[in-house]
Amino acid sequence: MYGWMGKVLRVDLTKGKITVEDLDREKAKNFIGGRGLGVKYLFDEIDPAIDAFSPENKVLFVTGPLTGSGAPAANRYVVVTKSPLTGAIANSTAAGDFACSLKYAGYDLIILEGKSKKPVYLWIDDEQVELRDADGIWGLDSEETIKAVQNVTSLRAKVACIGPAGEKLVRYACVMNDAGRAAGRSGVGAVMGSKNLKAVAVRGTKGVKVADRAAFYQAVDAAYQTLDYEYVEEFHQTGTPGVLSLVHEFGVLPTRNFQTGVNDYADKISGETLADTLSVRRRMGVACPGCPVACGRVTKVTDPDFAGLGAGPEYETIGMFGSNCGVDNFSAVAKANFICNKMGMDTISTGNSIACAMEMFERGLIPQEDIGFPLTFGDAHAVVRLTEMIAKREGFGDVLAEGSYRMGEKYGTTEYFMGVKKQEFPSYDARGLQGMGLGYATGPRGACHIRGEAQDLDLYGVMNWRLTADRGLEVLDPLRHDDKPPLVKDVQDWFCMIDSCGMCNFMFFLMVDEDQMRDLLETATGIDMGGYEGFMRTGERIFNLETLFNRRAGLTTKDDTLPKRMLEEPMPDGPAKGHVVRLAEMLPEYYELRGWDNQGNIGEGKREELGLA
Amino acid sequence: MTKMINVNIDKCTGCGVCELMCSFRHHGEFNPLKARIHKTVYLEQEMAVPVLCRQCEDPWCARICPAGAITKGTDHLTGATVVTVSDEKCVGCKMCVLACPYGCITVGDALVAEKCDLCNGVPQCVKFCARGALTFNDAAEDMLDRKQRVADTLLTAYQEA
Repeated sequence: MYGWMGKVLRVDLTKGKITVEDLDREKAKNFIGGRGLGVKYLFDEIDPAIDAFSPENKVLFVTGPLTGSGAPAANRYVVVTKSPLTGAIANSTAAGDFACSLKYAGYDLIILEGKSKKPVYLWIDDEQVELRDADGIWGLDSEETIKAVQNVTSLRAKVACIGPAGEKLVRYACVMNDAGRAAGRSGVGAVMGSKNLKAVAVRGTKGVKVADRAAFYQAVDAAYQTLDYEYVEEFHQTGTPGVLSLVHEFGVLPTRNFQTGVNDYADKISGETLADTLSVRRRMGVACPGCPVACGRVTKVTDPDFAGLGAGPEYETIGMFGSNCGVDNFSAVAKANFICNKMGMDTISTGNSIACAMEMFERGLIPQEDIGFPLTFGDAHAVVRLTEMIAKREGFGDVLAEGSYRMGEKYGTTEYFMGVKKQEFPSYDARGLQGMGLGYATGPRGACHIRGEAQDLDLYGVMNWRLTADRGLEVLDPLRHDDKPPLVKDVQDWFCMIDSCGMCNFMFFLMVDEDQMRDLLETATGIDMGGYEGFMRTGERIFNLETLFNRRAGLTTKDDTLPKRMLEEPMPDGPAKGHVVRLAEMLPEYYELRGWDNQGNIGEGKREELGLA
Repeated sequence: MTKMINVNIDKCTGCGVCELMCSFRHHGEFNPLKARIHKTVYLEQEMAVPVLCRQCEDPWCARICPAGAITKGTDHLTGATVVTVSDEKCVGCKMCVLACPYGCITVGDALVAEKCDLCNGVPQCVKFCARGALTFNDAAEDMLDRKQRVADTLLTAYQEA
C-alpha cells in the first residue's frame, strides 16, 4: 500500500499475545486514518455501551496516511478509545516523532486490548515487538518515564506514556509523548492506566512510500507555497498564546468559571507577555517533525514558589488556569502546566474543574473543610496546590479527579459545570461565538475547540476554505446565529478529514485548503476520493459514525446541550454583552442539514447513504 | 567563492523536513534514516544541529577511494563544488565511510556509497527549509552574513550595557 504502511499491530494485554494483521483496505479507503480509521476499528470491535475502564474497552493509536511523509507538519497520531470522562467516543491527537516512528516501524495503527495483570510497557523495534515488565517505571512522571524507557530500549526510541494521573485513573489523564506533547483530552491516558500499560516505545527503519511520486511532490510543494509566511512567522514567535489578546478583544476569554468574557488582567497573561518573560531560547522551541512553524516553546520559571522548566503553556492552558481561575500570575500558570505535563493530565479539564470548584466554594456549595483550604478566584497558590492534589488523587483532589460534572453531582448541582457531555469547555465563551456554541453542543467528544473550529471562521477570520469561499463569504459576525448551522456542519466534517489525514490542523488555518489536502491524500494513497463532494462525504461519514458510537453508548440528543449559563445568562460585559447562545434556534436546522430526524437520530436511510448500515 | 549549502544553527528548529525531502529525492520514500543530511535534536538545550556533506575542496573520501569512484567536480547549474560517487565504479569497500570526518558518506541498501549531490543544483533540503536554517548561497556572502550577525549581537550588548 502507499501512504498507509498496510499493517495493524494487535496487542492482547490479557494474554500477552502480539499479532500483526493486514490493514483492512476498505476501512482505510472509507475512513482514511487517525480519527476516522480509529472510530471505525473501535466501533466494529467493541460494544460502545461497556464501561470505559473495563478490559473490554480498547485503546487505539492511529496514524494517518500522510503521517511521516513530507507534507507540511504530517506528524500526528490519534488515541481513540471510549472515554471514561464522557462515556462517548474519545479521539485525542498529538504530534511528535513518536507518531512518525510508528509509521517507520511499519504500522498504521496499534490496537491495545484486554488488561495486563501487572504494569507493562510495549517495545516496538520494527518487527520485534514485546511486552516488558514496567517494574521501576510505574509511578514515574512522564518525563522520567520517557528517559527510563529509552534507557532500557534505545536512546533513539520514541516514547508515548502515561504519568501518575493516568495510573490513578484521573478521568482526564492524557497520553504524553516526546517532549511535552499531549494527546490531551477525554481521559485517554486513564484508559491506558486501567490496562496497566505504562508506555509504548517505538523505533522504525522503514520509509513512507507514495503512489504517485511526482504528483505528491507537486502537492507538497504547492502546500508549502500556499502557507502564509507572515502568519507562520507570527505564530512561530508567540505560538498559540498569541491568540489570547484577540480572544479577549472579542470578549470571549473565559473569566472566573465563564462568569464573563473580559477582565482587566488579560495583558498580564498574553502571548506577548509570555514571549517577553518566561520563554527561553529566542522565543521558540524545537519543532514537531516536518513543521514549518515550530509553535511550541520552552518556559523557565525562576520564582521559587513556582520554579520549573518545560514545554508550554499553550493558549488553552493559560485561559483555563489563568483567566478562568482569576489568576494573573504567569509563573503560577506555567507551574500548573508543568505539573500537568509531568503527571500526564489534560490542562483544559484540570483548569476548568478548578475554576468550577472555586465558584462553588465562593457560593458556599462546597464547604472549606472538604477542600482543606479556602479556594477563591485569583489564588495562584491554591490552583497549583490543587493541580498536584488532583494528579495524586489526594484529599479534595480525589473529587476533582472525577471531573467537574461528577463533582457537581456530589455537591448537589451541576449548574456550575462548564462543559458538554461531562467534558469541560476549552478557552472560548460561546456566548460571543454562536457557531462555537453549536459546535460545542454537537461535538461527538463533548466540549472541544478543535473538532469543529467554527471560531476559525469568525474569530480568526480564516476565509480561504472552500466551505466559506464557495458560499462567497468574506467576513462573519460571531454574534449572529442564523447563518451558523450549515457552516458548523461543514467545518465539523472538514475537521474529521483534518484529524484523519495525519497533518496538524494548524496547516489549514495557515491557508492549506480542502482541495490541497485531497490532492495530498490522493497522490499519496492512490485512491480516488470522488472530488470535493466525495472528500467531504468521507468527513461526514466519520462524524456520523462517531455520533452513532455515542448513541449506542447511551448518549442522546439531550446531551447535545450547553450549561444554563450559556443558554440563559446573558454575557454581562464586553463586546458580547447581552448575548446568550441561541442553541434552540440553531439545533433543528443543524439536525436537518445532517439528515437526522428531529430527535437527532441517524436513520437507516442516512446510514445507508454513508455506507454505515 | 561559489555557492554552498550553509547552516545557520540559530534558526534550526529540528523539524527534519530536510531529511524527509532528501530521502524522497534520493530513495523515493520518506525515511529520515536514508537521508544524506541528518539533524540531531538536543531537547534539553532546545537546539538542533543539522550535519551534511561539506563538499570538501580536498575530499578525503575521494582521496582514499581505491576504485576512483569519487570525484570532485562542479555543479553544472550553479558552479558549486560537488563531490560525487560513480555507482558503476564503486565497489562498496566503505573506505570512504571511514575517511569522512563528518560521517556524511554512507553505504546504503544499494551497497554503493551515498552522499549529498546537491540535487543537480537545487538542494531539496534547502528548498523546503521554511525557517531558513539552510541556505544555498555564495560562501563569501554567507561569511559576511555571519560576521554581521556577530556585529548585531555586539551592538545589542553595547546598547543594553
